[in-house]
Amino acid sequence: MATTMTNDELRADIEALVERLGPGRASLIPILADVKRRFHEIDSETMQTIADVLDIHPVEVHSVASFYAFLHSAPEGQFVIRLCGTLPCDFAGKQAVADALRTELGIGFDETTEDGLFTLEWTSCMGMCDQGPALLVNDEVHTRVTPEKAKAVVAACRAAAVAKEA
Amino acid sequence: MPVIIETQGNALTYETIEPEAGLKAALATSRADLVDTIRDSGLMGRGGAGFPTGMKWGFCAAEKADQKYVICNADEGEPGTFKDRVILTRFADLVLEGMTIGGYAVGASLGIIYLRAEYTYLRPHLNDVIQKRRAAGLLGHDVCGVEGFDFDVIVAMGAGAYVCGEETALIESLEGFRGEPRNRPPFPVVAGLLNNPTVVNNVETLASVAAIMAKGTEWFKSFGTDKSSGYKLFSVSGDCDKPGVYEFPWGITVAELLKEVGGEGAKAVQIGGASGVCVPARDFERRLAFEDIPTGGSVMVIGPDRDILDVAENFLEFFVEESCGQCTPCRLGNPQMLEAVKLLKAGACPPEFLENVKELAGTMQVASKCGLGQTSPSAFLSILEGFGDEIHNRAAGA
Repeated sequence: MATTMTNDELRADIEALVERLGPGRASLIPILADVKRRFHEIDSETMQTIADVLDIHPVEVHSVASFYAFLHSAPEGQFVIRLCGTLPCDFAGKQAVADALRTELGIGFDETTEDGLFTLEWTSCMGMCDQGPALLVNDEVHTRVTPEKAKAVVAACRAAAVAKEA
Repeated sequence: MPVIIETQGNALTYETIEPEAGLKAALATSRADLVDTIRDSGLMGRGGAGFPTGMKWGFCAAEKADQKYVICNADEGEPGTFKDRVILTRFADLVLEGMTIGGYAVGASLGIIYLRAEYTYLRPHLNDVIQKRRAAGLLGHDVCGVEGFDFDVIVAMGAGAYVCGEETALIESLEGFRGEPRNRPPFPVVAGLLNNPTVVNNVETLASVAAIMAKGTEWFKSFGTDKSSGYKLFSVSGDCDKPGVYEFPWGITVAELLKEVGGEGAKAVQIGGASGVCVPARDFERRLAFEDIPTGGSVMVIGPDRDILDVAENFLEFFVEESCGQCTPCRLGNPQMLEAVKLLKAGACPPEFLENVKELAGTMQVASKCGLGQTSPSAFLSILEGFGDEIHNRAAGA
């Protein structure tokens, strides 16, 4: 993200968020979520800036970011595909979907494609147990996913990314 | 428009509750009487722990503070649970009504819905419902024209951590910290969010409050058993013909439930999610009730062809991932149980190792800091007990 924004721009951005969310510690998680959504990573420079603006130690920022599954600081793709790993989705055939996603994306779980488009992860129960296998693509829920449907989801993401570029 | 994700099931009582009838009845009651009414209804927390709601409210109401909070725990993360998703999608007004009634009862002016990150798609819907209620005078300044009763609700997002369903971890998360449970006491009703008295109630509990106030305690107590009053929503998944969200009165047997959902022939049912117990077929006459098998409503049906050790392994992988790591019994105990299950699967678990791990599991139940570590051994131990022969035969290479 440092390559696309200057420090001043980043700081102004985070200050604007704090303006909206309030200067308290309670704003930290919403700030991290917002940064993650927009930049797909939370690098150390950003953590330092957030810490400065909230007047806390950067270690505090790292400590919180590393705790939550949806705030991990490592760079992620534009589309984070999370496949539910819990029992009902397991019974419903998550393994075949997992294999299809690995093949289609050419990466394993907890990896990101070289083009920066996709990250593949397991997630804990996402509350779609009556209609598994279930997966999340960013905030979007997909249920009763078959290997074919998983490939179609990936294709739709690719098309959306191309449309965004154009 | 909310994203409607169709979930099957039976008819739900919530469909028949007249909108705002509960809120109006509550606001026409004195605060003390309102707490007594909820206490008399026998309503117990629907998230799984089963703490009496009226008692919780009574503690919070008795505290003197400038600011109090009502938190709706919508961090529905227990594996196999999705009834709160259905309630928030279809009956969000009832939940907000319940929060408002709670705010009036305990003297809180702000309600917060803590919504799990996986349900982000529900956030616009909830904000929409909140906005409409503000416009209708059901939230905000002088709610329903009751002078001096100000109550508003906001939505706060989780960020992917099962442990935040534990009420003190949830509060830590709302304050911007790692979701690590606090030592109790003090309980949140005394010192919760920002050290102010705070009531934390499950989504379904709050919807039930609105129903009880609309239709009365006698009506509510006409369902269920003496010790478990009312009805309950069950999230049914796994090896059955009709998975979905079902309402049953407390006291239904496992066998009766299985018949309703087309799950006869199951070899076991996991009740209460990963932190619950695995009930083998020979115990299907047991009842779902606080006095027999208490549960937050997760029912995972395990068919005759499933390997019971796969079930145990799946749950333990979950707990190894979701333990917050703060206390030693939970951080170190869960990986040991997982190791034992992997060895059992390979037919290579030394008996003395298994005995040690069972003892460790017992230690976790008493020495872990929060419900996560106290309950994560339940499935492991009940599977060892209920399926000893299957596991033993396998270890012997049969």
